Amino acid sequence: MNKKGTLLRLGQYLLHYKWFLVLAIVLSGTTNVLSLVGPMLSGFAIDAIGTSKGEVNFNEVIFYCVLMIIVYSLASITAYLLSVLMLYITKNVVYSMRNDVFSRLMTLPVGYFDTNPSGDIISKISYDIDTINTSLSSDFVQILASTITVIGSFFMMIMISPTLVLVFVVTVPMSIFFTKKLTQITRPLFRQRSKKLGELNGSIEEMISGQKTLKAYSQEENTIEKFQKSNIEAVDAYYRADYMGSMVGPTVNIISNISLSLVTMFGAILYLFGKMTLGNISSFVLYSRKFSGPINEAANIMSELQSALAAAERVFRLLDELPEASDKENAIVLNNVDGTVEMKDVSFGYVKEKEIIHHLSFLAPKGKLIAIVGPTGAGKTTLINLLMRFYDVTSGNITVDGNDIRDVTRDSLRKSYAMVLQDTWLFYGTIKENIAYGKEDATMEDIIRVAKAANIHSYIMKLPNGYDTILSDDGTNISKGQKQLITIARAMLLDANMLILDEATSNVDTRTELQIQKAMKTLMEHKTCFIIAHRLSTIKNADLILVVKDGEVIEMGQHNQLLQEKGFYFQLYNSQYQ
Amino acid sequence: MKKIFSYLKPYRFRMIVGFLIKVLATIAELIIPMLLAYVINDIVPQQDVKLILYWGGIMLLFSVLAFLGNVTANRMASKVARNATEQIRYDLFHKIMYLSSKQLEELTTPSLISRATSDTYNLHQMFGMMQRLGVRAPIMLLGGIMLSFALDVTLTLVMVALLPIMTIIVYTISKKGIPMYTNVQEANDRFVRQMREVITGIRVIKALSKVSFEKEKFDAINKEVVTKDQKAGLFMNALNPIMSLLLNLGLVLIIFVGAYRVNNGTLEAATIVAFMSYVTMVLNSILFISRLFVMYSKAYASGKRIANVLEYNEEQCIVPSDEKEMDFIVFDQVSFGYDNETTVENISFSLKKGETLGIIGATGSGKSTLIQLLMRFYDIKKGNIFVNGKNITSYPMNELRSMFGVVFQNDIIFKDSIYENISFGREIPKEQVIEAAKTAQSYEFIMERGLDFPLAIKGANLSGGQKQRLLITRALANNPSILILDDSSSALDYKTDARLRSEIRKHYKNTTTIMVAQRVSSIMNCNKIIVMDEGKMVGYGTHEELLKQCEIYREISHSQIGGEGNE
Repeated sequence: MNKKGTLLRLGQYLLHYKWFLVLAIVLSGTTNVLSLVGPMLSGFAIDAIGTSKGEVNFNEVIFYCVLMIIVYSLASITAYLLSVLMLYITKNVVYSMRNDVFSRLMTLPVGYFDTNPSGDIISKISYDIDTINTSLSSDFVQILASTITVIGSFFMMIMISPTLVLVFVVTVPMSIFFTKKLTQITRPLFRQRSKKLGELNGSIEEMISGQKTLKAYSQEENTIEKFQKSNIEAVDAYYRADYMGSMVGPTVNIISNISLSLVTMFGAILYLFGKMTLGNISSFVLYSRKFSGPINEAANIMSELQSALAAAERVFRLLDELPEASDKENAIVLNNVDGTVEMKDVSFGYVKEKEIIHHLSFLAPKGKLIAIVGPTGAGKTTLINLLMRFYDVTSGNITVDGNDIRDVTRDSLRKSYAMVLQDTWLFYGTIKENIAYGKEDATMEDIIRVAKAANIHSYIMKLPNGYDTILSDDGTNISKGQKQLITIARAMLLDANMLILDEATSNVDTRTELQIQKAMKTLMEHKTCFIIAHRLSTIKNADLILVVKDGEVIEMGQHNQLLQEKGFYFQLYNSQYQ
Repeated sequence: MKKIFSYLKPYRFRMIVGFLIKVLATIAELIIPMLLAYVINDIVPQQDVKLILYWGGIMLLFSVLAFLGNVTANRMASKVARNATEQIRYDLFHKIMYLSSKQLEELTTPSLISRATSDTYNLHQMFGMMQRLGVRAPIMLLGGIMLSFALDVTLTLVMVALLPIMTIIVYTISKKGIPMYTNVQEANDRFVRQMREVITGIRVIKALSKVSFEKEKFDAINKEVVTKDQKAGLFMNALNPIMSLLLNLGLVLIIFVGAYRVNNGTLEAATIVAFMSYVTMVLNSILFISRLFVMYSKAYASGKRIANVLEYNEEQCIVPSDEKEMDFIVFDQVSFGYDNETTVENISFSLKKGETLGIIGATGSGKSTLIQLLMRFYDIKKGNIFVNGKNITSYPMNELRSMFGVVFQNDIIFKDSIYENISFGREIPKEQVIEAAKTAQSYEFIMERGLDFPLAIKGANLSGGQKQRLLITRALANNPSILILDDSSSALDYKTDARLRSEIRKHYKNTTTIMVAQRVSSIMNCNKIIVMDEGKMVGYGTHEELLKQCEIYREISHSQIGGEGNE
């Protein structure tokens, strides 16, 4: 993305607040004018004092003093209002930018989260947007407001002495040239700085999350060493950007000082040749100060702007990630599905070169229990990814009630499944909230009912705060098995007509598991169920067992039937008693 | 905050030099307009072009000096900020790695992440800015006051009288501002937590079609962070206008006092004019200083959060004890609870070297807790745990833990190569890794990809069973004296699981193994089995013994293996 594109996109965020921005510019103009009026009034007051003893016109002095108080108070008030306004704009820009990024994240395919460290994603949505915002809005107004001063002063200088303005013919291009040059040098440095910080945050997140394992292997020192590498890279990148970036201010300063020196020299010479009066020189100098002041200011914020741009690039790149292909235009909304699922000649691979599922076909009639078994790595979880359409098949198709799942909305497809995964996911919140997650309007009775069915109710009741117990981040008082039970309760609460259980009870003891299964059975009576499990006892009663190996269904049938075939299933089944 | 500033101490020499350079550069810059006045007032009337060029040249020289000085000083400041930040971040991370599990839970992971990232970043910015901008303003302030003293003492005193009031205002406002910024950072912690949650739970969120719900939830925390930030900003931003108003009122006062004195004949009006320009100088510098204070408050809040972690003390101490003759691992009447509750009670068992122990029991019965206690992630409340004849509290942590190879539930795989994930920083030779892989039944899929194959975050490009086998390979790779598998073969099919166990028995004869499992088949061949129920040991013995004695064990066994299993 080029600089102009980035700026334009940033501008769009500001444009929402264009009237506020206009107001901000007006306010900053007013503040400037008021602060110019102040000194003028003080001049009048001093004039009123006069020069000799006993001739002070106190009435007039007091009059001007009171005026000054009024003007200065006004100036302070407008200055504060301006900052309030800027904060308001800033807040809203950050807020909407973050929401945009988050919304985009939500539409990205799950694969994005498998390949990007969460620390880096967090870094983008928090620090990068912060960086953009600290400079963006305030600098923007500052630049606009000062442009007015620059143009005004330039005009005044031409009026006084067109010859002397020639000095600026040298210095202005000079400062433009240097600023541009420095910008070119610093830009990649600031880009690097944001990138390295993101990487550092990524590894910090990973390492702190894994602290316990690292400690178990006494890897504290090695991890710290690894961390130190990213740390040094990050501070170095920061330093390098700073090293060049901090040159911008002094560079512009020196140019303005040079022009001042030149103005003094040539002005003095012009005076000698009678082309200028002394008064002219001094006002010219005053205006030239006013002229170069804002340019200095602009150059000073240049480096801030640079880091903002670098951060913006990262944010926009995330915003430009391709989302999951959107639903077809006239996609069907699945409602109250019967639950007949069919896979027809499905092939699939996460990467093009490596196909994992080969020409797989099966039919899951509605209301039946389908078990998928097979050695690890055979592609069972992949099948689930395909059923839920986290990924699209490479060839073949999957239908639900006869509809190709690519022709229905993702939302309604996923809603027609209740899913419990091997990796339990609970969030910071009460147990109640966690169970009701899939169904917001669930009543307390509903929640207790499913908790009882999932065999977690009595455990919950033992907790001091019962259902209002907050599950914290690293909840130690809750084991993985208990987490699984909560997620099962969550799934039981859903109205879905199809159910997917992917090793849902792998960490639950078998006694509990049996009880849960009983509860499930009544609950899922007319629902199509897909179960992945290793404990073959779990799946003995399945209506259809698919034995998957190396991405192919090698055996298919009911338990007894498969045992009689004495094939792979038979081997698997017997191995549990070895 | 003292603690944070102590990080600058090693650089004080460099900072002083940088400071002096900056002072000189600032003075050089301030001299230029003085030279200008001199040229116009004194040189021009002499009508000498050479002299004009000469002085003009001197002005140019000062410009160059100011430039060089400023650039050098800025760069030195950046260097100091870089070094101090590096050290702070290092120490913070170091501390975090050594926090005990209890302390980690107290501080919470998201908060630690945000302290190590955004808070250290705030400090970095502050260190740089303070040095770069913190010099010019005070010099101008001092210079302005000195020059005005030289001009007129009474008027200066009027101005100086304002300084205490201003100091009080700056102090109160920034004091109030600091907790506000602390608030912002705390909201930031919650922001980080929510983002982490969403990222890890993306599949569930999508499966349950909760995207719009999560968006709303995000919207709320997003709003909270920006609103708190805005609130702090609104408060701190009042500082500037108040200060300038005060100074301007001082100006009015000076004119007023001046008017009286001119009337008395003790002051000349021209002096007031000159005085005004100094007041402006002082004004500008004070405005600048107050802006620095805003920045400081923000960094202060961050600094305190960092210092807070740095002040955590090592809470698990090493207590030397004698070596006694006893079994390799001994639990002697051990009780423990995370908070006030009791999680496990009165646990006693012992294991000889090379023996295997199975732990089985209902979900939440305290099985994993036993392992956490053995590895001393938590200190027990009652009883003693001995390893190799010594109380575990007498081992240095590294020494204790280096005896273990462990796979936890929900264990972590890093974004790194397969080899690095197994070797895990222990520089284990490749042959040894391959040996371990053969035992852990991971050889095939590892070799298919190669040891250098890059694994995705949390091992996302492996299947559940492959992840578990990789983790077991990690645990085995260093030939541990004690191997701990905490329900870590749950995703393996029975066949692989059985082969895994028999290979471990074959190749790791001297390794004492503790296995937590849900499957009776996984532990039935162990030398000893513990049956846990609600934190208590309800059975202890071999498979056969337990079948006879332990009701719960019999039930579990029956439900899994049933009648058919005994055919």
